[in-house]
Amino acid sequence: MYGFDYHRPGSVADAAALLAKTEDAKLLAGGQTLIPTLKQRLAQPSDLVDLGRIPELKGIREEAGGLTIGAMTTHAEVASSPVVAGVIPALAQLAGLIGDRQVRSRGTLGGSICNNDPAADYPAGLVGLGATVRTSRREIAAEDFFTGMFETALEPDEIVVAVHFPKPDRAGYAKFRNPASRYAMVGVFVAQRGAEVRVAVTGAGPSVFRAGAMEDALAKGFDPAALDGATVDADGLNGDIHASAEYRAHLVGVMAKRAVAACG
Amino acid sequence: MANPNGIGAAVRRREDFRFLTGQGTYTDDIDRPGQTYAYILRSPHAHARIRGIDLSGVSDAPGVVAIYTGQDMAADGVKSLPCGWLIHSRDGSPMKEPAHMPLAVDKVRHVGDSVAVVIARTRGQAQDAAERIVVDYEELPAVIDMNATLAPGATSVHDDVPGNLCYDWHLGDEAAVDAAFAKAAHVTKLDLVNQRLVPNAMEPRVAIGEYDRATGEHTLYTTSQNPHVIRLLMGAFVLGIPEHKLRVVAPDVGGGFGSKIFHYAEEAIVTWASRRAGVPVKWTSDRSEAFLTDAHGRDHLTHAELALDADGTFLGLRVRTTANMGAYLSTFSTSIPTYLYATLLAGQYRTPAIYAEVKAVFTTTTPVDAYRGAGRPEACYVIERLVDNAARELGIDKAEIRRRNFIPADAFPYATPVALTYDTGRFDICLDEALKMIDYDGFPARRAEAKARGKLRGIGLSSYIEACGIAPSNVAGALGARAGLYESAEVRFHPTGSVTVFTGSHSHGQSHETTFAQIVADKFGIPIETVEIVHGDTAKVPFGMGSYGSRSLAVGGSAIVKAIDKVVNKAKKIAAHMLEAAETDIEFSDGRFTVAGTDKSLGIGDIALSAYVPHNFPLDELEPGLDEQAFYDPKNFTYPNGTQVCEVEIDPDTGTTRIVNFVAADDFGRVINPMVVEGQVHGGIVQGIGQALFEHAVYDPESGQLLTGSYMDYCMPRADDLPSLQVTYHEEAPCTHNPLGVKGCGEAGTIGGAAAVMNAVVDALAEFGVGHIDMPATPEKVWRVIQAGKMPMAAE
Repeated sequence: MYGFDYHRPGSVADAAALLAKTEDAKLLAGGQTLIPTLKQRLAQPSDLVDLGRIPELKGIREEAGGLTIGAMTTHAEVASSPVVAGVIPALAQLAGLIGDRQVRSRGTLGGSICNNDPAADYPAGLVGLGATVRTSRREIAAEDFFTGMFETALEPDEIVVAVHFPKPDRAGYAKFRNPASRYAMVGVFVAQRGAEVRVAVTGAGPSVFRAGAMEDALAKGFDPAALDGATVDADGLNGDIHASAEYRAHLVGVMAKRAVAACG
Repeated sequence: MANPNGIGAAVRRREDFRFLTGQGTYTDDIDRPGQTYAYILRSPHAHARIRGIDLSGVSDAPGVVAIYTGQDMAADGVKSLPCGWLIHSRDGSPMKEPAHMPLAVDKVRHVGDSVAVVIARTRGQAQDAAERIVVDYEELPAVIDMNATLAPGATSVHDDVPGNLCYDWHLGDEAAVDAAFAKAAHVTKLDLVNQRLVPNAMEPRVAIGEYDRATGEHTLYTTSQNPHVIRLLMGAFVLGIPEHKLRVVAPDVGGGFGSKIFHYAEEAIVTWASRRAGVPVKWTSDRSEAFLTDAHGRDHLTHAELALDADGTFLGLRVRTTANMGAYLSTFSTSIPTYLYATLLAGQYRTPAIYAEVKAVFTTTTPVDAYRGAGRPEACYVIERLVDNAARELGIDKAEIRRRNFIPADAFPYATPVALTYDTGRFDICLDEALKMIDYDGFPARRAEAKARGKLRGIGLSSYIEACGIAPSNVAGALGARAGLYESAEVRFHPTGSVTVFTGSHSHGQSHETTFAQIVADKFGIPIETVEIVHGDTAKVPFGMGSYGSRSLAVGGSAIVKAIDKVVNKAKKIAAHMLEAAETDIEFSDGRFTVAGTDKSLGIGDIALSAYVPHNFPLDELEPGLDEQAFYDPKNFTYPNGTQVCEVEIDPDTGTTRIVNFVAADDFGRVINPMVVEGQVHGGIVQGIGQALFEHAVYDPESGQLLTGSYMDYCMPRADDLPSLQVTYHEEAPCTHNPLGVKGCGEAGTIGGAAAVMNAVVDALAEFGVGHIDMPATPEKVWRVIQAGKMPMAAE
């Protein structure tokens, strides 16, 4: 890794100030993507701003009937939280499927969504649940937050503070893992709240997206069989040595049915 | 009184305390005074001519001690890395053996090929400085595909090997095979890809060179399975250093699987550079370098045909294989697809006529060499895939077709049509036991139950045999080996009764410190705690050939027994003197030397003390000391064998294959430590499963880049991919020609494993008209054949 200056601010305001005054600073959350990238010399930030000692970024709490989870909350904390299990169990299940035990112990909600890896799990959870991302400046709807492959709506000196998840009537997540990386080759998060059904797909495209035809089908009847014939187009989906776009499109259908079945 | 820690006891591994408490000494744990660090600049291109290397400004970088290129090494007389096995083509011509310089001189021939070395005070400084080097490359076309590399007009990987063919070799009686096919009632044909694998030992390679200007001695600390072989190859062929001025130390080594047999460029680079720069030089591979530079495994394209009569009797086998050597000939690369592959094509069967043709080719990829099983898994895969398919095509039960064709117990020694003579075997016992363990008869009910759940269930058999205990030196030499393949041992009884054993064998996970000590404790009738096993240092142990090919126990263990026998014979002489009896009257058992028919006896400890305190020895008849050395050269290979059965369940919606059961019944001859054997079989099977379902080194055919260069893309099997393995063994057919009756168990699981899994996968998919699917059976591949198989139904 190349040399950099290391900072460990104690507040979001201090962190944002550091970001604003340095040219090529990077925020360090759990480091599960950034640290390997640095070690391979694929990134050369001038400064690293470690968010690990900012109390206001941590914690899980019930709020307005839903959940608010601090950006620096680890996947392991979400997966094992009785609060999450009580309010949105599908979210705890999703967190428990991320990476491996080591990754879940270090990786954070904020780090995951800000990196917006096309194969990450959380983006499907946020879009599927209609979550709101709270930053140091504003609130952003999940669908507006994820703008493209490894891209988000964040401004350069903007910091994600927490994510608010409204409580669904029911929700489920089904993931088909890449056997090597254990990232989502396809992950589908399905949620129903009142008349609204959301089907959010990760892993399959350049960034998380909603499968409109599937949402329409499920709005008519919330049952796996309702998805027979509802497909996503392979055009524009990811294809690589692990899975072609066509196979990913097929898996979206299979995983969507399983996610619906998991809703109970 | 049986020794509680003797032969046959499940003694816990004595080496585990230091490994589990983090106190092992791996090569990277070694730091020498004044040590510097090497960073090797590697080629980003698969194939390019080096027009020039601009080093300006590099030596000014902080901490830089020295920078060397291939030109520097060549100018200093450094020679090519040698290949250890000469193969002759069918026309009698020797194989093409292009040079492999430790640092590239004219061209780079694979991504990761070494171009220059920077030596600096820290690894980071060396890497920083290397980034300042500007290499002027003239890019040339990558040559990746094996068929493309042989096509007319293909770009030559080596200018002196136009056409990229290393050798065109054959084995067996072609006319007899043609005749067998002419009279066959049925022929089963298959085109098989045995895909390229990356070995992935847990410990990456490390090399430290240290030159002592005062004595002119070089020391190389390296992650090697065979330090003496490295000393010989590097000293005699590459750097021109005589043995007495070159010490090679291979301390604790964290896994090899073959990949640490070979003499690598980095070993020569650090040894040479330490003398040239006058400082110790350490190089530690990172995982990315390991993917690009550790010799890969397998990589065969094969067309195979099995001729059968109407009742399923095998009449003839015809095999045509193209084997990828990669860019250069690694140490044992040329022997793998020939004498460790084609010679095993008889398998466990009486097939009377076998003919194999093997072309070895150069491509712009990482060199390929021995990887756990080395040639034998490839042979097993060819045979066992054909046998399962033949059974299906002829409507014969797959266990029954094997039973019908097994070499029967009374036919040994059995000379196969492909150059080997099996000494012994009871193939029926393993088959019967494996079928029982997996409840073969209950399979149809399990398949029906799975179908009711919407799943596809399949069962596959693999009856493998391997030639291990490599090898009788005269046989190996006649086949082109440029080395002998004996093993050495020294057994040193100390004055107060403890024993140090020096073995030329090397343990990098095999448990020598436990199992070899069991043999010594058993033979001498002494506590295992008084026995120490030393290995891995050319300054300590006699010239040994190291560990690979499941040879440690069969050859290295036999050498220890031979040395023990010499010690006992010497001790008998001493006992006869001390007990004032004739040597012929001295009997040895349970650690005591007794005058036959009397109660006069001495313990071996008393003998040892007197051997080193020879106050009244008749010195003209009896030398002091109790320290003997032996070299054991085997009379034949050993032939471990067994049957593995795998049961899989496939989810047709996603194409995912889950292994629901896997059993193995093996014959390793006599077993020294059942727990260690079980562990080795487990690990071996997992590597077989890894090849069948997960692992694949993929190159981009255009750019020649390794697409699976990290664990993000190269899929290793993990615990949650695996069932609980059931393994057993029998001891009804011990090896007939070594003193322990042992055969070796290190590679068995891998040799049979992939075929068992793939036979099960094909069995599960048979209802879709699938006759074959290539490894790894990834979910998408499986899903696609299911979709293709559904097509006719959809058209109805």
